[in-house]
Amino acid sequence: MNALPGAIPARLAEVDAAGWRATGAAVRARGGRLLSLWAADRRDLGEGHVAFAAFAGAEGLLLLRLPLANRDAPSAPDLSDLFLPAVRLQRACTDLSGVAFEVARDPRPWLRHGAWPAGVHPLRRDFVARQSFAPVPDDYPFVSVAGEGVHEIPVGPVHAGIIEPGHFRFSVLGERVLRLEERLGYKHKGIEKRFETLAAAEAHRLAGRVSGDSTVAVAWAYAMALEAAWGVQLPARALWLRALLLERERIANHLGDLGMLGNDAGLAFGLAQFGRLKECWLQDNARLWCHRYLMDAIVPGGVGVDLATEQHADLHEAVTELEAEVLELRAVYDEHAGLQDRFRGCGQLSPDLALRLGLTGIAARASGQARDLRVDFPVLPWDVLGVRACTQTGGDVAARVALRFDEIAESLRLLRAVLDDLPEGDCRVPLPAPRAGLGLGWVEGWRGEVLVALETGADCRVRRCHPHDPSWQNWPALEHAVIGNIVPDFPLINKSFNLSYAGVDL
Amino acid sequence: MYRLLRQIACTGIVTEPPPEPDEALREVRQRLTAAVLRGFRGALVIRHVDAGSCNGCELEIHAANNPVHNLEQLGIRMAASPRHADLLLVTGPVSRHMETALRRTYDAVPDPKLVVALGDCGCTGGIFGEGYASCGRVSSVIPVDVAVPGCPPTPVAILQGILTAIAAR
Ligand code: SF4
Repeated sequence: MNALPGAIPARLAEVDAAGWRATGAAVRARGGRLLSLWAADRRDLGEGHVAFAAFAGAEGLLLLRLPLANRDAPSAPDLSDLFLPAVRLQRACTDLSGVAFEVARDPRPWLRHGAWPAGVHPLRRDFVARQSFAPVPDDYPFVSVAGEGVHEIPVGPVHAGIIEPGHFRFSVLGERVLRLEERLGYKHKGIEKRFETLAAAEAHRLAGRVSGDSTVAVAWAYAMALEAAWGVQLPARALWLRALLLERERIANHLGDLGMLGNDAGLAFGLAQFGRLKECWLQDNARLWCHRYLMDAIVPGGVGVDLATEQHADLHEAVTELEAEVLELRAVYDEHAGLQDRFRGCGQLSPDLALRLGLTGIAARASGQARDLRVDFPVLPWDVLGVRACTQTGGDVAARVALRFDEIAESLRLLRAVLDDLPEGDCRVPLPAPRAGLGLGWVEGWRGEVLVALETGADCRVRRCHPHDPSWQNWPALEHAVIGNIVPDFPLINKSFNLSYAGVDL
Repeated sequence: MYRLLRQIACTGIVTEPPPEPDEALREVRQRLTAAVLRGFRGALVIRHVDAGSCNGCELEIHAANNPVHNLEQLGIRMAASPRHADLLLVTGPVSRHMETALRRTYDAVPDPKLVVALGDCGCTGGIFGEGYASCGRVSSVIPVDVAVPGCPPTPVAILQGILTAIAAR
């Protein structure tokens, strides 16, 4: 087992098929989780295909590398009986890389709908990115629920609001949801293939557009992976400024979602008030970092824009103002009986279920899972800042709302700490000459942990990049959270998770 | 209830004045008659379709509806069904998996109708370009009247794009 370079604790182990499953079982037995799973085609290097699995455990990341013997029809052992998130990750891997998973419980395609035929795998090295195929029929077999009085409600892919596209198939009895089946992949636009056409030093821009609402988190994870692969040491100031950007992104998203959650429960006042607060926050972003959502603010080697000392006072003031406003609005939300009536007991996920589903991020913390990368693996600057983990135990919409409020307060405290003690020095260092390497980036974004696995080629280009959004873990949990709830509560429950479609459709 | 009312009273009106239309955003010559466009003004219904965005453009459409930009003050409203809409607001490069859904949504909007493509992706395919899974720009799938660049376009730019689409020359 080798330690991988970079700040985060990560190890790499090469295994055979038996070791792949044995290690998975051992990780699970020790309470570890599967983070992501993907494959790479190395036939052009005289090797075969390689499957990768990234696990999170108490010691950090464990990356398993499994060389696959069959060059034409590679296959790897199934992990989906050990880790639920493996089901969709494996299906996606089969679609894109053509790696079959032996005795996979669900053999249906996931990311492949009708845009390319079965047997064609876009992430194979010999697949030409700019080709297109005649559409193939797309008849996806949903699981049907039988029984007297059961009927289906199909929703999407185009939804009735300003939302991303996806398909939800509800099986209902009266108003109660018996089963929800999600079908995603509508937004698949070939991001992983696109990465391979880009220079590694410039692909952070694409990483920042995997899921726009998490642009800081994914761009940071990408930069972290590249810096690990190329052995770049960042000045402390760059890391502190990245932390500042990440917390600003967390606050912006929590503000937006709190407004929408109020609105979805019938309190338009919440949408207006939080919409106003978020707008002010975004305007400050635009003024100081030239972008309302901070896209491209993080660059490999540091941050693109430094923060002038004269701005500190303004930012401090904005933090204080927002803190007071949010406190006031929290009191309004807490005191509003109608709102609490909709929030409480709605879309509940027990701590036990959250653990078994491998939940991550805010959804996990609202179901009693005290898990936060900034706390569990406090690399610079989190170690100095001393992040306090927020958790709620209710597991319902009310808990996810309360957690957002808690996290805004904690992030505002962190912003103050950054402004008070921001180290002097450079905010960016030049990158060394490109070289072939492997690196991982792991960042606690506002929604949960983002992982980027990056392999650079000797020719300055990205050889393989796999960005992993926490929504992979949490989408299946949403299917559980709605069981037994009434259909009209679905938008509220869905919003309380606010998962990314773009981030998982890739 | 007291806190809520006090908050409303203390906040007051925060809406800023809307931008002027910008002819530079127009993709094709005005297709609808002045009389039709006059009808749209003050009572325009929009249906949004995300055809494959990164979700950044959606954040700004939401922001266009916030109290500061306040789309509704102009008599412009977002609808849940394309059958109620006059204008389609399309984001993203069109993923091939969304191509059919976008066409169907376009067909479901009653004539006369307008299309505004949003963002660098909607205008050109943006950073995702064209490929095995992406058709690129919106106009490669449905006719587009006005295209608004930006990544994402600001709420002011979005308002401007919509106002340009309904401004008769
Ligand atoms: S234009 Fe930019 S913000 Fe909009 S979808 Fe494309 S990448 Fe995302």
